[in-house]
Amino acid sequence: MEVEQIEIANHLRRFEPFEALPEEVVARVAANADVVYHKAGSDILLLNDEIHEFYFIRSGVVELFRRDGEFYNRLGEGEIFGQMSLMMHNRVRFPTRALEDTLLYIIPKEIFDELCDNHEVFADFVEFGDRSRLRQTVSRAQQSNEMMRTKVSRLIGREPVIVDQTASVHQTAIKMTEERVSSVLVTDTNEDGESSVVGIVTDQDLRTRFIAPALEFDTPITAIMSANPVTLDANLYVFDAMLAMLRHNVHHLPLMRSQQAVGVIALSDLIRYESQNSLFVVAKLLRAQNQAELVSLGKDIDASFVRMVNEDANSHMVGSAMTVFGRSIFQRLVELAEEQLGPPPIPCCFLTLGSMARDELLPGGDQDNALVLDDSFDAVKHDGYFQKLAAFVSDGLAANGFPYCKGGVMATTDKWRQPRHVWSKYFADWIAYPSKDAMLNSSMFFDLDGVWGHTEWVIPFRQQIARQAANHNLFLSSLGRAALYRTPPLGFFKDFVLEQDGEHKNSLNLKRRGTAPLVALVRVHALAVGSTAQNTFERLEDIKAARYLPPGRPEALRDAMEIMSMVRQRHHAEQVQHKQKVDNNINPEDLSQFDRRNLKEAFQVLNDAQNFLKVRPVKGRGFKGAKRVFSTS
Amino acid sequence: MFFPRPEKWKRRKGEPLPWRGLYEKRLAQVRHLLLREFYQAGVVDAGTALADVPMVALDFETTGFDPDKDAIVSIGLVPFTLRRIFSSRGQYWVVNPGKRLKKESVVFHRITHSEVQERPDLSEVLPGLITAMTQSVVVVHYRQIERRFLDAAVRQRWEEGFIFPVIDTMDIEARLHRQDDKGWWTRLKAHLAARLLGRDRQSLRLAASRTRYNLPVYSPHHALTDALATAELFQAQAAWHFTPQTPVSDLWR
Repeated sequence: MEVEQIEIANHLRRFEPFEALPEEVVARVAANADVVYHKAGSDILLLNDEIHEFYFIRSGVVELFRRDGEFYNRLGEGEIFGQMSLMMHNRVRFPTRALEDTLLYIIPKEIFDELCDNHEVFADFVEFGDRSRLRQTVSRAQQSNEMMRTKVSRLIGREPVIVDQTASVHQTAIKMTEERVSSVLVTDTNEDGESSVVGIVTDQDLRTRFIAPALEFDTPITAIMSANPVTLDANLYVFDAMLAMLRHNVHHLPLMRSQQAVGVIALSDLIRYESQNSLFVVAKLLRAQNQAELVSLGKDIDASFVRMVNEDANSHMVGSAMTVFGRSIFQRLVELAEEQLGPPPIPCCFLTLGSMARDELLPGGDQDNALVLDDSFDAVKHDGYFQKLAAFVSDGLAANGFPYCKGGVMATTDKWRQPRHVWSKYFADWIAYPSKDAMLNSSMFFDLDGVWGHTEWVIPFRQQIARQAANHNLFLSSLGRAALYRTPPLGFFKDFVLEQDGEHKNSLNLKRRGTAPLVALVRVHALAVGSTAQNTFERLEDIKAARYLPPGRPEALRDAMEIMSMVRQRHHAEQVQHKQKVDNNINPEDLSQFDRRNLKEAFQVLNDAQNFLKVRPVKGRGFKGAKRVFSTS
Repeated sequence: MFFPRPEKWKRRKGEPLPWRGLYEKRLAQVRHLLLREFYQAGVVDAGTALADVPMVALDFETTGFDPDKDAIVSIGLVPFTLRRIFSSRGQYWVVNPGKRLKKESVVFHRITHSEVQERPDLSEVLPGLITAMTQSVVVVHYRQIERRFLDAAVRQRWEEGFIFPVIDTMDIEARLHRQDDKGWWTRLKAHLAARLLGRDRQSLRLAASRTRYNLPVYSPHHALTDALATAELFQAQAAWHFTPQTPVSDLWR
């Protein structure tokens, strides 16, 4: 006999997912619920206990822990837990403890199964429960895009054609003709018989580097090959291949699997995967004849951006594509400047900083740039030229929708237009003397990339920064503290904390309170493990490889970054479509319930990671490559 | 009818009631089959740890406070242990109290004349109720109501009384928050301190007692909800003031 449990039913009805269920269904859940009281501090679930029910928090607060005892999540009134364990072999996955005196309604597995089978709302809610909710959102978004769904390895038509580095150009040409390929990999074989790719030669190389200069037939192939070619992991996706080609301006990419070349793909292989092509937009940008034409291409960029977001491209993909657009504009602007001013009197390198350097550019991003000059720089003789160059580029960027940097981080500022040795000293000083200004500069300049000129100059800079930072615990802990300055907009539990007044009342700034603190936090950890990566996702890979953070944490941070960025990008796309000014202020009311929940989870991850940083100040783990041991102390 | 209770004056104050023995004595005299089965099934040993005691939380809504003049209107019953309250196995009965339904009490329990007219007499509900109580320790908030009303009701219908061990959550609260057991000097000090600090005596009512354990507010005066509320309160009291090993005889009356 089922008795009507009015109190239980009435309370369940107030919360997701029960609020969306029919009256009689909730009544049935209530009639089948049991109850238990746990005083503050007592264990509710122990790891690996058998579990045949899930729990609804009637009052109080509980905390969930990971297998290793690490804090995982905090839940309050109206939230449920244990459902993941029900779906996972009925074993408790997250030991749970009452943080406050807690009253739980216990709902048996039979009811759980019944609800999952008959009610979509409920099934959706529990299936995306816990942190895996983020994971699933992320992977679902990825899957809905053709270019992200297709592994680049699927484009491999055949085994790569290989010649040994001792071959001559003539022998190579014969082999390419026999095999009917437009490119060949040059390999070196070591004593153990393992071969590694040392170069690539294409039809075009034969034409431009061999026939045109009229070299001898027995010229070694190493003389005309492109050494150390850009390669791509065969496990990556078509879109990654496209980005790599755009980025490095190459048309052939060797695909690697555990250091072995498994194939080569050409630009033509990719084209069919993109119709309304980002590649064409880039091509148009790079062909633009003048400022005005560049500016007019802004609408193509906007269209491309909106399309990618609407196709649910992942944030890395969108950020990278936007970066490629940004860099193309930047490069074209320098070239246009050169047409007016003539070539630079001494070698130089234009740096981009911040989001563009991290491959995370989004609409509305500031222009942050700087000039690195050859050490032969003589201010009297050369600076006039570089001042004009910097002004041209900066004005051009502003005209193309990259506002001037309010902090003056632009090559137009004298301080940020310096020869290489001065830059090197800047970096060393900021690390050695971590003042407040040094921290500000570090967080800006330590995400750096070359855009134009001697872009290879950034490599020694990155190595210097990684090496010195990883050995300066004082610097790392200062940067760590700076990274805690902004906290996610999350109340003690459950709710978003919104701006209380001003222009953006009742909204939250997803950049300032979300992605920016997360990027800062990841930067500190990346520097601590001596990573030279710039992109947040790549940095997380390095942090994970170094086992610097507890297992699972880098993945959680990556998913959090993905969610926050996705919501941000969708918000931007909306504003771009409605021709509004792009900003990062999001009103949670405007989000779907699904996004709101995911966003909360993401903030929770950030919050956890910040707390971790608070209790365990960052310590350098030495430069990348050194053997690292995960300390449990 | 009057049944002497010789066991009562044999017992010294503070000594736990030997409920198993009381059941055996009753079994020798009992006439009604249902009660015979009840006593025959017995009850846990006095030394049994709380963790091992099967309990039922019980609550009555009545027409008034006098067991001889007033009657039971509704009964809520929820079986439970220290580990779990089986509210899914809870039971709820509304019975016809005869002519005794008073306007004043209707205000509380919101069960009206028309609702009870169709309902059975308590005698039809007793078998289910007694079965549910068998081998369990009854937990109530303020034992005078449930114990005395049930005894009176059985007596009126079957002409013999009904006894059963009871844990009283209000009694437990009273012992924790009131100084009645202590000497007059201690009581006076506590009284003066409370007056000086402007604090009133702690309320012992169910809702007020629950808030001291951070239990949620339930709407009162529904027998089933109150039974559930009582079970929750006892779990909370046990968690805070006793251990799972506390012998049941420390608490039953």
